[in-house]
Amino acid sequence: MFGARPVNLFLLCAGLMVLSGCSSSATWGWYVINPSTPTGWTNIKFLIGGMGDTILISLIAAALSITIGLLVALPGLSDRWYIRIWNRVYVEFVRSIPLLPMLFWVFYGLPIIFRSMGLNIPIDPFWGAIITLAISDSAFTAEIYRAGIQSIAKGQTEAAQTVGLRYVQTMRYVILPQAIRRILPPLANQFIYIVKMSAFASVIGMQELTRRANELVVTEYRPLEIYSLLILEYLVLVLIISAGVRWLERRMGSDERG
Amino acid sequence: MAETAIEMVGVNKWFGDFHVLKDINLSVAEGERVVVCGPSGSGKSTVVRCINRLELHQKGAIRINGAQVTERPEDLGGEVGMVFQQFNLFPHLTVLQNLTLGPMKSRGLSRAEAEARARHYLERVRIPEQADKRPAQLSGGQQQRVAIARSLCMEQKVMLFDEPTSALDPEMISEVLDVMVELAEEGMTMIVVTHEMGFARKVADQMVFMDAGEIVETGPPAEFFEAPKSKRCQTFLSQILSH
Ligand SMILES: Nc1ncnc2c1ncn2[C@@H]1O[C@H](COP(=O)(O)OP(=O)(O)O)[C@@H](O)[C@H]1O
Ligand SMILES: [Mg+2]
Repeated sequence: MFGARPVNLFLLCAGLMVLSGCSSSATWGWYVINPSTPTGWTNIKFLIGGMGDTILISLIAAALSITIGLLVALPGLSDRWYIRIWNRVYVEFVRSIPLLPMLFWVFYGLPIIFRSMGLNIPIDPFWGAIITLAISDSAFTAEIYRAGIQSIAKGQTEAAQTVGLRYVQTMRYVILPQAIRRILPPLANQFIYIVKMSAFASVIGMQELTRRANELVVTEYRPLEIYSLLILEYLVLVLIISAGVRWLERRMGSDERG
Repeated sequence: MAETAIEMVGVNKWFGDFHVLKDINLSVAEGERVVVCGPSGSGKSTVVRCINRLELHQKGAIRINGAQVTERPEDLGGEVGMVFQQFNLFPHLTVLQNLTLGPMKSRGLSRAEAEARARHYLERVRIPEQADKRPAQLSGGQQQRVAIARSLCMEQKVMLFDEPTSALDPEMISEVLDVMVELAEEGMTMIVVTHEMGFARKVADQMVFMDAGEIVETGPPAEFFEAPKSKRCQTFLSQILSH
């Protein structure tokens, strides 16, 4: 099924035990997130209601990142330095920008550039977060692709060329299908990174998981309970992704034998 | 007189400062079989790789069927077949898929046409029963025969072999050479880099001996083996024929 590893289940149980362990003392107030009371239930629905946006932002950002990453990686594999240099410039530049400043730049700065160019492209928190996450992550996915593709022997490209395949066909039918098995695990780690970093979207007003937790803390004054639940929410998301990746890897593994 | 299939005129190549090919002149007629030999590092692979554009030369001209070659190997459109020492089969594809990929993607054959052609050539290299296996499940000799069939599926006029049996266990060499002899008998234009002198005597129209980036000696096999003119060639032949 989910194929959760014992260690992950252990983490989940430990988290729940910490919560319930505190529940008898005055430091812990179940009521804020107690599903059996109307207030608690409303709060929980409010908090978990951010799940959709967190997942959507992460998924779209990841899809963009693996696309941009591939486009950035390919020039990095050229044997001509003046093509390769574009890859290096992009990767080194993007990799050195911290996420939060980039988010501010995209959300507050980019629309000004658009306006000065006479374009009316508003950037809402949703797309601001996605663009930032995608670009920031693409520098890493580009490096993952580059390493994965380089690990495929040169003889494969040569053999493909001698049966008349062009560059794009060689990538698509010969190199990427082999490289993907080595690329997938580190790409999955990057996806987990995106999910976690999507919490930054809260600071530009995106009502995803973290923002909702912050808002509820302001009205309920119960940071311990609410942030504990928030952490659990991310933990569950990451566990589901890990399980999905392991399932995918197993499937690919069984394709390989054959 | 047969048409010229491959012509190299004053070809020079450098790897950085290293002058790897020095004024190579070679003319191969259509249907001709040329065997290239020479010590390791003498530039044999580089000659073959320049012909199919896996390497680019810096000076001189290479013409294939009368047309000047361009920079990119894919512009040859698979006109020149190549069999590598290390087979270089596509490990993620079945034998059949290895054979149909080129014809389907670069020649525009339908799957059915490509598969029919693939099975035909698998028959020719005598492994029709292996069509649905992965390369890793085959022996070295079988893998190299698949590689030959993959190249044949492109139905090129010229085939290059770069030490096709050097990576094989001794007992598998002959099954590959037998297939190559058959191809030669059918009139395929071939350039074969090999140290299998028995094969060379049987099929070669022209022998080429290379040393230190130069073509030192060429000639028909009878003369080449019985009365090599150059000292370097004599030494080389006495070394490889002695074991
Ligand atoms: N890509 C390369 N870069 C630099 N030197 C190379 C490269 N390929 C081959 N060489 C050198 O060129 C010489 C000829 O190599 P090669 O054509 O492979 O010889 P052979 O096939 O006769 O053994 C060798 O000294 C080899 O080290
Ligand atoms: Mg060689």
